[in-house]
Amino acid sequence: MSVLLEAKGLKKRFGGNEAVSDVSFTVHEGECVVLAGDNGAGKSTVIKMISGVHTPTEGQVFFNGELLTGKTPEGVRSAGIETIYQDLSLADNLDPGLNLYLGREKMRRVLGIPVLDRAAMRRDAAEVMKSLGIEVPDPAAPVRDLSGGQRQAIAIARAIHWQAKLVIMDEPTAALGVPEQREVMALIGRLKAKGVGIILISHNLPDIFAAADRIIVLARGVVGGERRPSETNDEEIVRLMMGASV
Amino acid sequence: MTNQRKGASLAKSLLNIWSWLFLFLILAFFEIYAQIETGNTFVFRVYNLQSIAVAASQILLLALGLTLVIVAGHIDLSIGFTTGLAAVVMALVIRWIGPDSGWLAVILAMGVGIFAAVIVGLVNGWLVAHLNVPSFIGTLGTYGIARGAALIVAGGATVSIRSDAARAFGNGDILGFPVPVVVAVLLSLLFHYLLTHTKFGVHVYALGASRASVERAGVDVQKLLIALFVLSAVTAGVGGLIYTGRFSAGAANAGEPILLYAVAAVFIGGASLTGGQGTVMGTVIGATIIAVIQFGLVFSGLPPYWQFVAVGLVIIVAVLVDQSKDKLTGGRT
Ligand SMILES: Nc1ncnc2c1ncn2[C@@H]1O[C@H](COP(=O)(O)OP(=O)(O)OP(=O)(O)O)[C@@H](O)[C@H]1O
Ligand SMILES: [Mg+2]
Repeated sequence: MSVLLEAKGLKKRFGGNEAVSDVSFTVHEGECVVLAGDNGAGKSTVIKMISGVHTPTEGQVFFNGELLTGKTPEGVRSAGIETIYQDLSLADNLDPGLNLYLGREKMRRVLGIPVLDRAAMRRDAAEVMKSLGIEVPDPAAPVRDLSGGQRQAIAIARAIHWQAKLVIMDEPTAALGVPEQREVMALIGRLKAKGVGIILISHNLPDIFAAADRIIVLARGVVGGERRPSETNDEEIVRLMMGASV
Repeated sequence: MTNQRKGASLAKSLLNIWSWLFLFLILAFFEIYAQIETGNTFVFRVYNLQSIAVAASQILLLALGLTLVIVAGHIDLSIGFTTGLAAVVMALVIRWIGPDSGWLAVILAMGVGIFAAVIVGLVNGWLVAHLNVPSFIGTLGTYGIARGAALIVAGGATVSIRSDAARAFGNGDILGFPVPVVVAVLLSLLFHYLLTHTKFGVHVYALGASRASVERAGVDVQKLLIALFVLSAVTAGVGGLIYTGRFSAGAANAGEPILLYAVAAVFIGGASLTGGQGTVMGTVIGATIIAVIQFGLVFSGLPPYWQFVAVGLVIIVAVLVDQSKDKLTGGRT
């Protein structure tokens, strides 16, 4: 499998505080890389340097061999990297269709006047959600009526529909109940099966072991270790998170 | 689970028709009152209906743009004096051109009046979009500035004019419907189209729900906010033009008494202070309810000051209904 994303020597300083000192890693097609680490280790800062929210103080990110660093969040997104933040950035008062198409709405004409094609957008949303194994009970209902897992699915559906090649998720299960956490883990599995690369940030050891092809542990702004789930265990990961070099 | 959800959405749709029901109830109330007191009908007299429609139009012109602003999660308090500013500017231009100003002069004067309103809207939008001033504070500031500007250019007095064309614009009718009503209806249709059938409308709702959702979608939020405040200023400005036409005079405080009614109409129509909710249709009903109360109280011979009390009560009831709506739908707004 070919390399999708390569982060090289990323460093980020906020004033006098070095949030990230030296982080390098790669992600391949259809691979799920988990960024693990304690609070404040620099995980969110790393992904923000990828998604274009932060400019690295040093280092670069390459995507499909092309330099990504320097692009705006919009530019990174149109290059094929979708970032799903914890708040999901959904408009709760709109239906799944409009959320899927927000900013690129489908139109049709009635007597020559352009109007929103709500029905078509709903149909498309239901279809993408179905491909993720989720049946939307009422496609016309606002997304606030959906469960946490289903809402996560809409954010993921958006990535699939707009053909993202890499999806970044920052603690997608943090605010969810146990059944919904399972739902999201299943979604990640289906996303991988579609050949999409994934960077997943997680604190939760069972989730890490369930989803990861590779685990990259950050500790105080540096890569403390890199393991395959089959060659490590809970204890070692925790030890790496605490910053012990093994 | 699904039954519960169905129950909640049924309750919600019932509450959405509450404003229709309320309108019907107060019409019925005044009808019964009129029948008992005077033996005449209240509702089925063209004069009464026309007066109510004209009063509702005045409120609507301030409330239409405001509806969009409130759905987007903001507020525009400056509209009261944007109306006054547009009214005074139009009157001054007509006066400057001369007493025999024909249609062309009146149209030019209207253009300048709207231009003055647009400036207020641009300032509001710039404050909120670029300087991140909360809209409540920013538009309170421009409320004062527009008020002062209108009083200054008017020399502190009412600017009376003599223009048949302006009078015809304010008091004439089109196919039997008063011009202010026709203007309000056309603008309502346009704003309904904007809010429910265009990308712009979707972005306004999304902005009211979560700014992050619109930003993430690549929408230029600053442009969107400026457009909203300009639209709000323009409809308020049109209200000022109609005022000058109706009364053959421009007054700085032309819109001031209507500001509260306009805000009330939007909330009675189902909008929420937190944004993300509200419809043009709801605002039309809200404005009509207030107009019926206004005219009905005058019609019943009560001192006109009662209208303030009655509208105040209706606002409180509207808010209570809005809250219980949230409770019934599981507290999620
Ligand atoms: N915008 C910022 N300005 C200043 N300091 C920041 C900023 N963002 C993050 N930091 C600091 O950088 C360090 C790393 O933060 P980061 O959010 O990347 O950690 P994290 O690994 O995502 O932690 P958590 O698990 O709590 O989300 C912290 O010390 C944090 O206070
Ligand atoms: Mg974080």
